[in-house]
Amino acid sequence: MTLAEGVQLVSFGLLAAMMIGTALGVVLLSNIVYSAFLLGGVFISIAGLYLLLNAGFVAAAQVLVYVGAVNVLILFGIMLVNKQEDFKVIPRAWIGKAATGAVCVGLFALLTTMVLGTPWALSSATPVGDGATVLIGIHLFSDFLLPFELASVLLLMALVGAIILARREYIPDEPVEASVSDALTLPERPRDLVSAGKSDN
Amino acid sequence: MSQGIDLQDSFIQLLVQLGLPTGLAKALWLPLPMTLMLISATVSIFVTVWLERKISAAAQQRIGPEYAGPLGTLQAAADGVKLLFKEDIVPAQADSILFTLGPAIVVIPVFFSLLIVPFGQHMVITDLGIGIFLWIAMSSVTPIGLLMSGYSSNNKYSLLGGLRAAAQSISYEIPLALSVLAIVMMSNSLSTIDIVQQQSGYGILGWNIWRQPVGFLIFWIAALAECERLPFDLPEAEEELVAGYQTEYTGMKFGLFYVGSYVNLVLSALIFAILYLGGWESPISVDWLASILGISDTVPWLQVVTASLGIMMTVLKAYLLVFLAVLLRWTVPRVRIDQLLDLGWKFLLPIALVNLLLTAGLKIAFPFAFGG
Repeated sequence: MTLAEGVQLVSFGLLAAMMIGTALGVVLLSNIVYSAFLLGGVFISIAGLYLLLNAGFVAAAQVLVYVGAVNVLILFGIMLVNKQEDFKVIPRAWIGKAATGAVCVGLFALLTTMVLGTPWALSSATPVGDGATVLIGIHLFSDFLLPFELASVLLLMALVGAIILARREYIPDEPVEASVSDALTLPERPRDLVSAGKSDN
Repeated sequence: MSQGIDLQDSFIQLLVQLGLPTGLAKALWLPLPMTLMLISATVSIFVTVWLERKISAAAQQRIGPEYAGPLGTLQAAADGVKLLFKEDIVPAQADSILFTLGPAIVVIPVFFSLLIVPFGQHMVITDLGIGIFLWIAMSSVTPIGLLMSGYSSNNKYSLLGGLRAAAQSISYEIPLALSVLAIVMMSNSLSTIDIVQQQSGYGILGWNIWRQPVGFLIFWIAALAECERLPFDLPEAEEELVAGYQTEYTGMKFGLFYVGSYVNLVLSALIFAILYLGGWESPISVDWLASILGISDTVPWLQVVTASLGIMMTVLKAYLLVFLAVLLRWTVPRVRIDQLLDLGWKFLLPIALVNLLLTAGLKIAFPFAFGG
């Protein structure tokens, strides 16, 4: 075993352990802020695995998009919501947890048998390495053009939706009395219905 | 094109001639440039802090630090020692794990990005194919550390500071990336070495700053905002937020924020020098001078001169930019948070997009000048 292979093996072990550990933490911890920060750890470990697979560009994109944007926005969302609610203790909550665990173990077993049972056609071509950026660009503008454009349309729709949700021109003058039922709605002055005819005054 | 000095090759060849296996020689080489880079980054903090203190003093007609070392050059060391001896306090109601982790997450990406800063043809830790993209990706990790320290301090000013830092960083990353993209488009490569190579050969006239007059302004504004320097130091605006996310920190944990912000400033200046000011190229091309004087570019002493001149040029350009940033900090008032976000989203972003479009058009129209 050469030095490079040894380093690769050790870093694969470390990254895999880190990924499984942080992913379990995301699911099992009850503190949502810890979960959100650990999610960043999961994304970073996945980026590390991409690096081991000679996909440097994908790894950097993973860090930029998932850690730098998605995870920060999740944290942002958590920290901006100041709704306090005490959770009631549900009797026999362990049934739900046990069922979830059983489903997860079942899925894991299914995927494992699938991974082990499928005859994978491994490519024997040498990795392109640093030329990957050019290849990705060529693919995005030829045979993957439609998914690429559809993804951009999807993002545009999300953008428009976010603007409509965030744009509140009707803030009431006096604070609306808080009620339990509509705790999740933001204060908004009742909008006048658009009159059908043209008024002269 | 001259290859210049390749220290790595020479070092490995030397060790192989001494009878070591090639793998071991390479492994012995690996830590050397990294350690050197870490040391120079640490030294750069001292230089920058001294510059900041002296220039701010000059801007306010004071003398500035004078007693620690000649001309107060050891003032930063005195500050550092003081921080080391301070008690390391974790507030009682704070989340101690996140509180400790926060400053580390702020500092690590900054030091990691030094990986791609070249000081010469082969004077770089590693010539990554994704080069400048790594810097953009790494700088997007920093807000997580800021949010972490802001949240874990259990202090409303800290939380507000952390949130502001994250909002600011996300907003200014986009114009920053777009202005870098215009450069990448002209260089046909993300690698920092290729970006400098593309500007070489014509001395000062070949630098990207002439081809990207709008791009470099966008980049500089966005880089200052990413470094949270005044006029964009909203996250730690002392009149509003005490000290933002740093409020509860003392001792070396505070020191880490300090180190991170200054290394980030130097790093941004270095990247600016590489992208727009021709990196290690001199204002008058050394290759051109050598060819006029009839010196072959394989002469050893010329290679040594070129290499050391390259390092000096990169550092000189970077520190000129640091000087500019310090001067800006002490002469420009702070913007408000709404002005900051307006500037980022409604002004810089459209301008950066137009700049990118124009660059693409010019690249097609004048391929000889815009790297077709």
